[in-house]
Amino acid sequence: MNSKLVCGFFALSFCSLSAISLMVEPGFFDRSPVLLLLFPAIYVSAAKVMSLLTAYGDQGRPLSRYSRISVPLVFALIVGLTWESMVSGYQVPFVLLPPPSTIVSAFFNNTSVLWADFRQTYLKAVLAGYVIGCTSGFVVATLAVKSRYLQNGLVPMGNFMSAIPIVGIAPIMVMWFGFDWQSKAAVIVVLTFFPMFINTLTGLKSVDALQKDLFHTYAATKTQTFFKSQLPQALPFIFDALKINSTLALIGAIVAEFFGTPIVGMGFRISTEVGRMNMDVVWATILVAALAGSISYGALALLEKATLFWHASLRGMRAR
Amino acid sequence: MLSRIVREKWFAIASFIVLIIGAWYLFALLMNGNQLVKNYERRNMDWTISSVVAEAYQVKRPMLPAPHQVIDELYNTVFDTRITSKRSLVFHTLITLQSTLLGFLLGTALGILIAVGIVHNRTLEASLMPWVIASQSIPILAIAPMIVVVLGAVGLTGLVPKSIISMYLSFFPVTIGMVKGLRSADRLHMELLHTYSANAHQLFWTLRWFSAQPYLFASLKVGIAAALVGAIVGELPTGAQGGLGARLLSGSYYGQTTQIWSALFMAALLGSVLVWLVSLAEKVLLRRRGLAHE
Repeated sequence: MNSKLVCGFFALSFCSLSAISLMVEPGFFDRSPVLLLLFPAIYVSAAKVMSLLTAYGDQGRPLSRYSRISVPLVFALIVGLTWESMVSGYQVPFVLLPPPSTIVSAFFNNTSVLWADFRQTYLKAVLAGYVIGCTSGFVVATLAVKSRYLQNGLVPMGNFMSAIPIVGIAPIMVMWFGFDWQSKAAVIVVLTFFPMFINTLTGLKSVDALQKDLFHTYAATKTQTFFKSQLPQALPFIFDALKINSTLALIGAIVAEFFGTPIVGMGFRISTEVGRMNMDVVWATILVAALAGSISYGALALLEKATLFWHASLRGMRAR
Repeated sequence: MLSRIVREKWFAIASFIVLIIGAWYLFALLMNGNQLVKNYERRNMDWTISSVVAEAYQVKRPMLPAPHQVIDELYNTVFDTRITSKRSLVFHTLITLQSTLLGFLLGTALGILIAVGIVHNRTLEASLMPWVIASQSIPILAIAPMIVVVLGAVGLTGLVPKSIISMYLSFFPVTIGMVKGLRSADRLHMELLHTYSANAHQLFWTLRWFSAQPYLFASLKVGIAAALVGAIVGELPTGAQGGLGARLLSGSYYGQTTQIWSALFMAALLGSVLVWLVSLAEKVLLRRRGLAHE
């Protein structure tokens, strides 16, 4: 009974503030500071609702799955509402911070421009660079696992590269490969190579001694050992690298575009629209980048789940 | 004998370095020579291979400066220029270093704070953890120029906007590492403290904080490298007056390749020194606790 009351109160205060910030003329917090009292009401009731949902999610009831997902969603809703109402309530200049509603409408109003940018940056540069970088990192790692010499030389280099800001090579790549997507792909290749190399190598070497001995007693050939023992054991490490690289690649492409692009691309859009003070388009571009980043990360995580269902790390997760 | 040397670590590293430098000179010759030849042919001048080779390593704005040209530029801008001068690379490095360190400190503090919250409060974990992970799949560097512009509009210029970007990049590894570390406390020890009826506060300061330290340092190494990247990218927007990022940008605008390369070398040096310092602190601290591995 009590929990229903809290949920109802939360819903009521949340809806009323949303209604106010969307309907009422901007500047309402300046005019009537009493409305600020809605914030503590929302925060306290939201905290209660979230802890209720968490407790329910931990109980393992049939609907627990959904309540576990809903907790971060409630959190995001509150952050979004705070943003929206603060910006319109205090009439924050549009240039400083546009409200989320404007960003979403800019997203839908500029779909063709954003799609062209997305195609240039993501479908051309990121995909090409990502595939080349990850594949070559993987191939070199499979060669290096057999050769002590290559490992001794390449692993310190990989460690060194992880300490230095590689995105700095962007201006050089732009100079060598031109303004179009090829230069961005080149930056991404360099950016993604070493994480993939180091992770694959660690994975291939992580096969435990007993399994190695077992394969030896079966008189397995090297190819068989590689495909049936080493590679499956390395897959979690490889997926980790793929996930890290998916973010790195997008960052690399956008940063490289700050150094020169044809008149299309997400990095180009951000830097020019900032100059023209069209903040809503800038934020919409960032929304696209965020969506692209999270969706590719999520897709990789799903792929990992589908291919590694047998692995201990995921079996444990499912049982929980 | 020979096969033993080949298996040595130093041999592999040394031969790789020699290989890279050799390849570098070769590529410098090819790329710059190509440019030179085109130039000669445009002006209908005669050229021989030897004259091209001789000139390829001395071009003013080469496609790929030879290593000695970069080192020359580094030496000139580091030692032969007053530190206060804008031409001094040390001047720019210090600017970048400042915002890196400030961002790193803020990021570490934020990361630890979030981790402590997540470990102690189940609701906080459920609501925050997915967003902490999602925050990294968002290419935050895309926002870098905007943060700088926006904060500049409120009157915040210079160090703070850049450090905020560094902070955003470096808090994530710290949070993840600390959550893992705070939870890695030995079960038996935890139960022992429970039997002493220790409260959460005592549990934290007597056990968890110490079990987390090895994890914290591993994260700090990742975090400080990320903070440097953040600082450099934060300097890219045209507003930035100094710093290695501004150096990269102006070098790319004016085709000053040696300037780009020397800034890049400096960034690499700075990054490795910072990571080295963190691992030094790690070694000292963990050895004092008798935890030094290896």
